[in-house]
Amino acid sequence: MLDQIQMNLLKEVAELDALPVGAYNIRANGQSAARNTTANIDIVTKTDKSGIDIIIKPGTKRESVHIPVVLSETGLKETVYNDFFVGDDCDVTIIAGCGIHNCGAGDARHDGVHSFFVGKNSKVRYIEKHYGESDGQEGRGKRLMNPTTVVHLDEGASMTMETTQIGGIDDTTRKTVADLKANASLVIKDKIMTTGDQHAIADFSVDMNGEGSSVNLISRSVAKDHSHQQFDSRINGNAPCAGHSECDAIIMDKACVLASPQLTANDVDAALIHEAAIGKIAGDQIIKLMTLGLSEKEAEDQIVNGFLK
Amino acid sequence: MLELRNIGFEVEDSKEILHDVNLTINDRFVAITGPNGGGKSTLAKIIAGINTPTSGQILLDGEDITGLSVSERAKKGISYAFQQPVRFKGLRVRDLMALASGKKSSLAEDCEILSEVGLCARDYMDRELNDSLSGGEMKRIEIAMVLARGTKLSIFDEPEAGIDLWSFQNLIRVFEKMYEQTKGNILIISHQERILNIADKIVYVKDGTIAKYGTREEILPMLLASADAGPQACSVLTDKMAK
Repeated sequence: MLDQIQMNLLKEVAELDALPVGAYNIRANGQSAARNTTANIDIVTKTDKSGIDIIIKPGTKRESVHIPVVLSETGLKETVYNDFFVGDDCDVTIIAGCGIHNCGAGDARHDGVHSFFVGKNSKVRYIEKHYGESDGQEGRGKRLMNPTTVVHLDEGASMTMETTQIGGIDDTTRKTVADLKANASLVIKDKIMTTGDQHAIADFSVDMNGEGSSVNLISRSVAKDHSHQQFDSRINGNAPCAGHSECDAIIMDKACVLASPQLTANDVDAALIHEAAIGKIAGDQIIKLMTLGLSEKEAEDQIVNGFLK
Repeated sequence: MLELRNIGFEVEDSKEILHDVNLTINDRFVAITGPNGGGKSTLAKIIAGINTPTSGQILLDGEDITGLSVSERAKKGISYAFQQPVRFKGLRVRDLMALASGKKSSLAEDCEILSEVGLCARDYMDRELNDSLSGGEMKRIEIAMVLARGTKLSIFDEPEAGIDLWSFQNLIRVFEKMYEQTKGNILIISHQERILNIADKIVYVKDGTIAKYGTREEILPMLLASADAGPQACSVLTDKMAK
């Protein structure tokens, strides 16, 4: 059973107070703590390495899968492989997330590799939230997460990814790789906030191989204190397709943000656009909110919260 | 009641924007007008606390507020609608309306205020105040925020700027209605005759000073007469047009 710390983490990453409805697999400190399968969604433990296979039958509609991971043991380092096999004509929501509570001296690390094989004309909504905490004392180990997401979209499939990392992770490299067949579409909404001396790298690589495929990558980030963020994206249009990426960052204090977007058109009908903006909070935004009675600090908080919402 | 005493404002290289401005505002609806660059917006910003005067005093209901910040003045009951409304990525109309009214307002309350400015709450509450809204829409939301606050002094900096002619007719009605309903003072910077027409008093600001201040009946005929004479027109331009 899960203890109180683990339940808190679960609430942070999956907004769960109790066991979810539908299929789920809860992993706590390297072990499977709870699992449920449904008539349409099967979850099978891998035998060759750590992780699970999630198999969703063709035609499964309006079902969800929760696969949160919580770590509360210091010094625990794990790499987990979760593979999602989504059949044709499905419409499903997958909620993943990882919470680390580290109060020991050793580093705690979770590296998750999620691979999606999405069948023809299926719709997937994927939500992933990362969160770390400790008791705030000096000398505690770091909380590290390196998620990798690999997406294969078959013809006409669509996927929306909402990935969020708002606090508490010291070091992260998020890698997302995707390939799209004809008329497939991928939307990625990535939100990240770093504080203290945290480090975050977001690396996106998308290949649009089929005619009529499209990708929309929207990244919003806030870098505070001495933190460091890096945003790399590579969008390759290998067929008549449409690609758009937008990278918006608010920089505060002594933070640093590096954005290097890359577009490659290998087809004359590949329409690719990139927008990037890095800057501090605009002074007139703060003044506007102050004219509504907010203090400067409250105004800043509202702007940052809204930006990352 | 708002009182400005000997207000001066200089910017770097000692350029004087306002010089010894004395003004008492105690009427329901006061319009400030005058040529561009004359110091109207600066004056409004000084009242809201966005600009700090280099000399002089500002009193609100007899209390000296010269040293108060923008947010302190807002809490005392001053609202300010920007000439160029500010856009926010991520913040929605709903969020701003809640911040303006200081509470989580109901859809019915917001609907009433937004429909005052000609917007349907259902269509707009969840819209972000980003580039997807037109200048006219932003302007109306800006006015709605001031209405939602309902403070004792509301300042509008050229609410008609950037609004198309059709919307302008509706906007006039908004201010006519505001005039009927307000319990406080409205201070509005405008060049529009129809707005000046509903003002109790008109302040004419020129070259950083108050050139004229009086009732509408006194000031408006003078302004219209000088506008007809049109002496300020650029001669190069008029020559070109004549050709």
